[in-house]
Amino acid sequence: MDWAAIFSLQIVSAIATLVLLSIGLAVVFGMMKIINLAHGEFMMLGGYVAVLATHNLHVPIWISILVLAPLSVGLFGMLVERLLVRHLYGRMVDTMLATWGLSLALTGTATMLFGNTTVGISSPLPGISIGAYQTSGYGLFVIAVAVVVLLGMWALLRFTHFGLCARATMQNAKMAAALGANPGRIYSLTSGLGAALAGLGGAVLAPLTGVIPTLGASYIAKAFITVIGGGSAVITGTLTAASGFGLISQVVTFFSTPVFGEVALLLAAIVLIRVLPQGITGRFFRRAF
Amino acid sequence: MPVDTRTLLPVLGCVMAAVLVAVLPQWLDLFTLLSLTIYLVMALLALSLAFIWGFGGILCFGQAAFFGLGAYAYAIGVLNIGDSTWPVVLAIAVPALVAAAMGYFMFYGGISDVYLGVITLAVTLILFNVMNSTSGSEYQIGSALLGGFNGIPAIPTLNVPFNPDHVLEPETLFQVIGATLILCYLGLCGLLASRFGKVVVAIRENEQRAGLLGYDTRLHKLIVFSLGGGIAGLAGCLFANWGAFVSPGVFGLAQSAQIIIWVIVGGRGTLFGPILACVGIQALMARLGEQQHVDSGFVLGLILLTFVMLLPRGLLPALSTLATRVVKRRPQATPAQERAL
Repeated sequence: MDWAAIFSLQIVSAIATLVLLSIGLAVVFGMMKIINLAHGEFMMLGGYVAVLATHNLHVPIWISILVLAPLSVGLFGMLVERLLVRHLYGRMVDTMLATWGLSLALTGTATMLFGNTTVGISSPLPGISIGAYQTSGYGLFVIAVAVVVLLGMWALLRFTHFGLCARATMQNAKMAAALGANPGRIYSLTSGLGAALAGLGGAVLAPLTGVIPTLGASYIAKAFITVIGGGSAVITGTLTAASGFGLISQVVTFFSTPVFGEVALLLAAIVLIRVLPQGITGRFFRRAF
Repeated sequence: MPVDTRTLLPVLGCVMAAVLVAVLPQWLDLFTLLSLTIYLVMALLALSLAFIWGFGGILCFGQAAFFGLGAYAYAIGVLNIGDSTWPVVLAIAVPALVAAAMGYFMFYGGISDVYLGVITLAVTLILFNVMNSTSGSEYQIGSALLGGFNGIPAIPTLNVPFNPDHVLEPETLFQVIGATLILCYLGLCGLLASRFGKVVVAIRENEQRAGLLGYDTRLHKLIVFSLGGGIAGLAGCLFANWGAFVSPGVFGLAQSAQIIIWVIVGGRGTLFGPILACVGIQALMARLGEQQHVDSGFVLGLILLTFVMLLPRGLLPALSTLATRVVKRRPQATPAQERAL
């Protein structure tokens, strides 16, 4: 029984990690049809902000993870949208290439500034025990953050004026503009929101993984697979794809190694895309968001 | 029969390049020759993506996957067999088959180009993670230890076919690699001039229209993709020969990005541009490697950003447009000459 509880907890934790990895990317992709290849580097920045604020400025760890990291990376994301992405709307491939260039430049800058070594913060929560087993209390926090982020995004899209305008712009930008929504402002805010979520994800995961300039590369493959597997509906897509992939990778990990878990995740994604080229939400839950 | 400058120019260039490849080993010292060898290996890799992306219109961000698979296939094969003849075939066949399998899922699934880029990149990164985690004696194929992040050292280099005792000297290896590059370039030029090549370009220009005209666009793309994968694998095999060493770094994000940058800088839609850009950027990276102030990835990122924002067509097409404009201003140019340019 305890064993089953631990195993399910691990699966939920893997799903929550995938949600945090990909929600920022999913927001930008789902709403603006832009694939941000610098997403992993945004997460890396979030991780650095959390670590440096905690260690060097002695900000309480919860504030640096939950407030400072998303705020600063969100502002950075808005800046990037203004300077780079705005000039490339409608040219999807060029946007990908430009953000890839940005990703390389950011990794290079971080290497020059912080050096190619791992820095970390220790996990601020004690372990908890279930029966005879011991598990990390921080894992529960990661799950909680993922749940809050998904609920918050849903409430934002469903109940606020910004959410309404954003959904309208997503469906038909010109019509939304004719009705008085300002697409430029919506795109800017959406980019900021996506980047802030990436920064939050990077910061929340920082105590588990440590932070290194090349951190983004280890996140980005999984984030992309989840977003593309999920399709264009931000919340439902991310949740369903993360659940499916998280389950598969965690079960395979349990019977072999985490690396084979990752391989299984990839194979599942390729098969999924062969069957559902538009992602899960391209076929099911089409009215969801 | 009138000879078109468009076919004459590449052939003349190749003859000159062949002469250079033949005589250079006698003029240059070993160090310069070895640096040039790696430039040529990478140029072959650039050529493979120039073909897939520039002519096939297939946005492949994971050319490094085929490159690395070729390198590993050769290393594992030659460590088991001893003679290098079949491992070279293996190094072309394995990536080509993997490309065909991936292509089946992607092209027959009707995936658009952006998703294609993401999937190919994801495959590369996952291969990187897999190869990195294969240290330990349980990861062994035949008598070849995979070695995880340490890679496979001391790979036997190319020998005269079916004669393992007669290993090629670095000078001969340079000539073999140069000849391979020239032959692949000419082969691809020939292929693109053929009926098949014209269909491939038609699909790049308008896939739906080509499909409605009765061409099987998926099959054409699959063949182009596998062929490009095979060439990248051959480049990987030559890379493993150059340093007698291969590590998971061949699958890394930096490697994938570099290949993309060569093609962007050189220009999509030309075969020669990416080769030139590859050599130029490799030389620049070698320079950057000598100092410690500026990170080379940072510079690569800036180059990519600059070209995408300011010169998205790449150097060679921009230059040839410029040249055409200059020529057009001259009144004495006949229509035939213009077309030739």
